[in-house]
Amino acid sequence: MFAVLRFPGSLDDRDMVFALKSILGVEARLVWHQDDRLPPETRAVLLPGGFSYGDYLRCGAMARFSPIVADLKRFADRGGPVLGTCNGFQILCEAGLLPGVLVRNHHLHFVCDLAHLRVERAAAPFLARARAGDVLRIPIKHGEGAYTLAPDQLAELEAGGQVVLRYCDAEGRVVSEANPNGSVGNIAGITNPAGNVIGLMPHPEHAVEPAIGGTDGLVLLGSLVDAVGGGDA
Amino acid sequence: MSRPDEPAVDLALARAHGLTDDEYAKIEQILGRVPSFSELGVFSVMWAEHCSYKSSRRYLRELPSTGEHVLQGPGENAGAVAIGDGLAAIFKIESHNHPSFIEPRQGAATGVGGILRDIFTMGARPVASLDSIRFGPLDDPLHRRLLEGVVEGIGGYGNPVGVPTVGGETTFHPCYRGNILVNAFNCGIVEADRIFLGTASGVGNPVIYAGSKTGRDGIHGASLLASAEFDAETDAKRPTVQVGDPFTEKCLIEACLELMRGDAIVGIQDMGAAGLTCSSFEMADRAGSGIEMELDRVPQRADDMTPYEMLLSESQERMLLVAERGREDEVTAVFARWGLDAVVVGRVTDSGRMCVRWHGETVVDIPVAPVSGSAPVLDRPVCEPAALRERQKLDLASVVPEEDLAGALEALLDSPNLCSKQWVYRQYDQRVQGNTVIAPGGDAALVRVKREDGTATRKGLAMSVDCNPRFCWLDPYQGTLAAVAEAARNVACTGARPLATTNCLNFGNPEKPEIMWEFAEAVRGLGDAAEALGVPVISGNVSFYNETLGTAIFPTPTIAIVGLIDDWQRHAVAHFPRPGLALVLLGETREELAGSEWLALRRGLEAGMPPRVDLEHEARLHELLARGVASGTIVSAHDVADGGLAVALAECCFMGRDLLVGARVELDEPFRPDAVLFGESTGRVIATTEDADALLALAVERGVPAAVIGETGGEVLRIASSRTGESWIERPVGALRSLWERALPRRLAAEEAA
Repeated sequence: MFAVLRFPGSLDDRDMVFALKSILGVEARLVWHQDDRLPPETRAVLLPGGFSYGDYLRCGAMARFSPIVADLKRFADRGGPVLGTCNGFQILCEAGLLPGVLVRNHHLHFVCDLAHLRVERAAAPFLARARAGDVLRIPIKHGEGAYTLAPDQLAELEAGGQVVLRYCDAEGRVVSEANPNGSVGNIAGITNPAGNVIGLMPHPEHAVEPAIGGTDGLVLLGSLVDAVGGGDA
Repeated sequence: MSRPDEPAVDLALARAHGLTDDEYAKIEQILGRVPSFSELGVFSVMWAEHCSYKSSRRYLRELPSTGEHVLQGPGENAGAVAIGDGLAAIFKIESHNHPSFIEPRQGAATGVGGILRDIFTMGARPVASLDSIRFGPLDDPLHRRLLEGVVEGIGGYGNPVGVPTVGGETTFHPCYRGNILVNAFNCGIVEADRIFLGTASGVGNPVIYAGSKTGRDGIHGASLLASAEFDAETDAKRPTVQVGDPFTEKCLIEACLELMRGDAIVGIQDMGAAGLTCSSFEMADRAGSGIEMELDRVPQRADDMTPYEMLLSESQERMLLVAERGREDEVTAVFARWGLDAVVVGRVTDSGRMCVRWHGETVVDIPVAPVSGSAPVLDRPVCEPAALRERQKLDLASVVPEEDLAGALEALLDSPNLCSKQWVYRQYDQRVQGNTVIAPGGDAALVRVKREDGTATRKGLAMSVDCNPRFCWLDPYQGTLAAVAEAARNVACTGARPLATTNCLNFGNPEKPEIMWEFAEAVRGLGDAAEALGVPVISGNVSFYNETLGTAIFPTPTIAIVGLIDDWQRHAVAHFPRPGLALVLLGETREELAGSEWLALRRGLEAGMPPRVDLEHEARLHELLARGVASGTIVSAHDVADGGLAVALAECCFMGRDLLVGARVELDEPFRPDAVLFGESTGRVIATTEDADALLALAVERGVPAAVIGETGGEVLRIASSRTGESWIERPVGALRSLWERALPRRLAAEEAA
């Protein structure tokens, strides 16, 4: 079972369930943030986009205190796969499961667009369906998506191969014009050192149908299903 | 009932509340005594133009509002149409003009919040928003700031509530210098047999207040702000603008929809204009019941609020519910889970009276029916504006012909009204809910329909919001016909069948006979067009007093139409999808330059009779589009509107994302080239097809004039005269696109640099 966490203010939670259940055909369920425990049959946890608690404070800063996050940490520590998109990425950073922080876009506007992403490292469980160098096209929509962290941390992140997705142009060139929010190093997605926790600003759940956002999101979500199995729908 | 700490009520105080002498006399007659201060406040908001529709009501009731699909017409929070599969679409458009001018961010934000509540109040999940926004010229720094503030407000509220903004219009004209327009539309989906209404029925049932606490914000927003002209004192009205909280709204949506899946709720209504007062009166009135309420129980944000303030507050994100007796705890528990206040504040009675107590005293005791049901209906004098005939005169022969046709096309694509609005739409979440098939930038938006349980259907809803205010100023009747026809045509271009109409009628001061004449003519046009095109008017809103220091806006009847497509995968896009397609022009091009964007931009003239609207032709055209798209004969279809054929062709070439497709076009008309290229004859669509013969045959069968005018391909848009062979326009489409794309950011960047 794929657990999709639902915080007050989560927005893409139902869309994530739709992508997993209706498109990929696996069992997926919303799990309320006040629950103490993930359901025992949980194989992977997804943190959806949105504005948890309105994000009136720093994005994700309130959500990390939700009871379910403690069990999420235990799940991640045991090596369970965790994928956070957008606000989910922000929450993972605030909860200390991923390094760095997401701040206001450099142009100060919310941005909704289709972003090109270059796959930097094509590893299980999230990107096994891709090859390094592949260019994916996946929607973004956020006001605070500029990924930033201290220079020494950044060096560590790069050295550890934890940067898995970068904003690029349609040809795969990582250039500043293709950076939609001012993220350091055009970073769009990262993993933890163990590789079982991924955070990314783009929304793979909004790219699962050819005529509605394209199907490149299935590279990520499909890889995850391949990795943990989903035959329990 | 008068209290020592409140002002004594008399005629002078009633006038200060915006009530007329006659209305005050009627209040005394209804009550048989002098009203209390709180009661005076209640009457003043309920009878204000904004709530009572006293100037417009006699016209609006003539509008066609029934049809085979219509489940709910005007009178409820929003209208509803059946869309098959046991589902209904609920939609409405509403203005938030005055507050947005005074405080653009909060004004626009609360406009979005208010329309969303109208939709989910009826049990529907809001699935798509559109916004029609109009400003003064962009060279005015105030209007650049207003545009930025309004867009930030719409996004700042719409994005965090998780409802995609999928389209709309953004235009500029000097007539909006003193009064901008912010019209917000929303459409929701509900199971057709689970539509909730705002009724307070069942004697003894609890009346429950849910959502945000009541504060002092927005007091008299409806009466003083929305029901009067702007003047030099307008800035002092800023405290009447409310402040929105989208997070609370999102929680309210989820809590209400969760509750409405069960059977504990009898009726529900949002507290919008005039807040607690309006919602409770309307609910009691619809049920023919009464309500008794204890104000002490109302959750309050500020200390020491008076009953007057509590009754008139327009604090946002508040709902009033009537639940089944004995189910109170069940209801409050759901709100508590979402972190929201929910308190029983009263009971339904059979007294037919609204009785409000505070600190043990009765502060309001009014019979319900006379206040809401029998609100004044005015028959204001109408008179055709003296200058109308003058501005309708245009001798086309005296208008200097366009000397640089390609240059004119470039100028039009670069103009604020016709340029790309991506700068606006990029700031809105267009994708949440995962149903956006056609995002902003096409003719109409198209969203796939999902059920509340998250399963997808094959149905799609197309929607568009339109108005050409210049046409309406030149002839409000013809202009409104054109607006309805264009909205329906845009919907039809996707392959959808237009189902029903909602409208937001933005006008000046109705106390002026000329304004009232414009209004009457526009409503007549709306009725005729809705009838002829089979799109009944199921909801709407009137915004008068869009007037500053005596200068009114152009009459602006904003029309939104929703259409249904049976299989969303079989839809047409607006842009040319690939080379090698035949280009077919549907409809007739006449020598109609009057009222056009070209005439205004290149000759500085706004004059003449706007283009003629042939409603029978429109209806045939829409039918042709539905059939042509469903059969796959039509691959793309784009409406020809502002800027005429040349602009529409250019848009087809570059509107596709990551796609540039040129075209070779030959036009054959026996009149001046600028009228061929830039005239705005209505009822026209540029279609592409693999099989031109089949499309022409279908057009003959449906009685629609059609002609092959060229084919798609290459990287250049070339338009030539087939009579003379003369090349009129030849431009690389990439260059045209970059002009079109950069026009708005370039003008706004001027501000950042300044």
